[in-house]
Amino acid sequence: MLKFPEGIAVRCAAAATVLAGLFMAQALAEPSKPSKGFGLGRAATVEEVQAWDIDVRPDGQGLPKGKGNAAKGEAIFAAKCAICHGDFAEGVDRWPVLAGGVDTLKSDDPVKTVGSYWPYLSTAYDYIYRAMPYGNAQTLKPNEVYSIIAYLLLMNDIIEDEEFELSDENFTTVRLPNEKNFIDDPRPDTPTLKDGEPCMKDCKPEVKVTKRARVLDVTPKNEDENAGRGAID
Amino acid sequence: MSRKKRTSIETDLTASRRDFLRSSIAAGGALVAGGTVAHAESDPAITDLQEWARYLGDGVDNAPYGVPSEFEKHVVRRHVGWLTASVESSVNFTPLHELDGIITPNGLCFERHHGGVAEVEPDKYRLMINGLVEKPLVFTIDDLKRFPRQNHVYFLECAANSGMEWRGAQLNGCQFTHGMVHNVMYTGVPLRYLLEEAGLKTNAKWIMPEGGDSSGMNRSIPMFKALDDCLIAFKMNGEALRPEQGYPARLVVPGWEGNMWVKWIRRIEVGDEPWHAREETSKYTDLMENGKARRFTWEMDCKSVITNPSPQAPLKHDKGATVLTGLAWSGRGTIPRVDVTLDGGRNWHAARVDGPSLDKSLHRFYYEFDWNGEPLLLQSRAIDSTGYVQPTKDELRQARGENSIYHNNGIQTWHLKKSGEVENVEVS
Repeated sequence: MLKFPEGIAVRCAAAATVLAGLFMAQALAEPSKPSKGFGLGRAATVEEVQAWDIDVRPDGQGLPKGKGNAAKGEAIFAAKCAICHGDFAEGVDRWPVLAGGVDTLKSDDPVKTVGSYWPYLSTAYDYIYRAMPYGNAQTLKPNEVYSIIAYLLLMNDIIEDEEFELSDENFTTVRLPNEKNFIDDPRPDTPTLKDGEPCMKDCKPEVKVTKRARVLDVTPKNEDENAGRGAID
Repeated sequence: MSRKKRTSIETDLTASRRDFLRSSIAAGGALVAGGTVAHAESDPAITDLQEWARYLGDGVDNAPYGVPSEFEKHVVRRHVGWLTASVESSVNFTPLHELDGIITPNGLCFERHHGGVAEVEPDKYRLMINGLVEKPLVFTIDDLKRFPRQNHVYFLECAANSGMEWRGAQLNGCQFTHGMVHNVMYTGVPLRYLLEEAGLKTNAKWIMPEGGDSSGMNRSIPMFKALDDCLIAFKMNGEALRPEQGYPARLVVPGWEGNMWVKWIRRIEVGDEPWHAREETSKYTDLMENGKARRFTWEMDCKSVITNPSPQAPLKHDKGATVLTGLAWSGRGTIPRVDVTLDGGRNWHAARVDGPSLDKSLHRFYYEFDWNGEPLLLQSRAIDSTGYVQPTKDELRQARGENSIYHNNGIQTWHLKKSGEVENVEVS
């Protein structure tokens, strides 16, 4: 955990700030008063913070002690996950596909899985514990989560050994192949007023209808409500 | 005679629209025969004694919490079955074509949940702040209400609004193409006050709000935004947040994608780096044509849509005076200008923005014109206070391809036909 060394560093910085503040107060001869704040809320207990502090970051912050392998994960996955995600993480119906999809990101049907798309493995730990199993969240034990993740790594061909023990100690050594393909937001990426005033008169010689909703009419209340393409989740 | 016995109204858009249009045009025609009233057929709506004019109506308290007229029952949120695997992790859509002005009524604000609606008991509601703070704190809802409050009208738009239209026109209705947006007045307290109360450490650069629902929704938000204009809100349009909007308290992140506005917020962790949570990596990242994916695409770009006429709101009158109206908004500011075209973008006209022009809020625009009864291709183009110009869908596709799902703010085209019906199309 990185929290302790940072904490010490911050405490030193805070002490320096307090000293500087005292000096200022004396110099300006102002009456002492509460430094800031409304005096609302109460201190959280250590146990309360532990109960809710479930997040996990790419640098490993937040990983609980534990370990598991894909062999164990396969059984847990079959019992708790496969009903939606399929025995091999291939996805059932419209539920998320978790494995495969490599080399599809440039196609017109990209399959975004843990192996093909996700940049960091920590996201799997953070999300699986906080939100899964769907409808029974925050009930998995750390060893179960490590085991499930090891199974997902196996299904995505990121590890080959089903006995490989994934743990809090080696977790951050596992890198996902698509990490390098995430980039910062470059918007605006279309013309703005800096590029000139938009045309108001005689902007094009002719206008033709190129696409119609009626061609693939998937608006609710029509016959085939399952014909649409795309997703929002 | 029961005063509840009333004629049903036309709600099915697909049934006998032509007959419906013809009869409404005929009724209007009788009225404008003007000057020769004696020869016109008299209107039974006037000549017959109506039951509401004769009998007593309901007394007070018939509806302690008022509901809309029974004739407005079709004005509801709707969802699209094929979009998602289950209704608990799904979305429905605001009926934009039935609304006017800029405020969305609370019961019509679109819903987006990832683990269903959490029914949080207010007595058991807690908000924790932990991580890189001097003093981890816990607030009750009553504690939150003791901080100085602010009121702001902000739009909330899902990053996936219009996401089904990247490859071309697909859904017939602005409710479905643009209805993942709503606009209400929030009452809440600046997040900055709460963070300062806990005391930020010098390396505090990010926050991670987390929901108390069964999805435990979490996102990373940079500290500059958290300290700028974010709110912890507990009221919308004056009353308590609706359960589906995060009761009893939610995060408000003005101008940024709706997924970040964590509902049922239970915790804010302060950190020095982003978390790269599921909803900012696997989802809510924008896949480009070259296989790269944009992340942390927080701001909602300037956008507009004509809400009337539109596929669910056809013109029901003959040629003549026509009111075209719509909504425009930007996550970067206000909307000083909206242009409207009737001919698919050959010629544009200045629309009239009416009502309050507020920062990061919906704006209402109108364009009144005489319809010649011929087919038209209607579009609106908004320009925001930073000079951002709403792009065409082709410009967006040229820049990003067709796989990005999110942040589709392209210009929408409606094909108004001679019959008054309207179809979702794209034009050259």
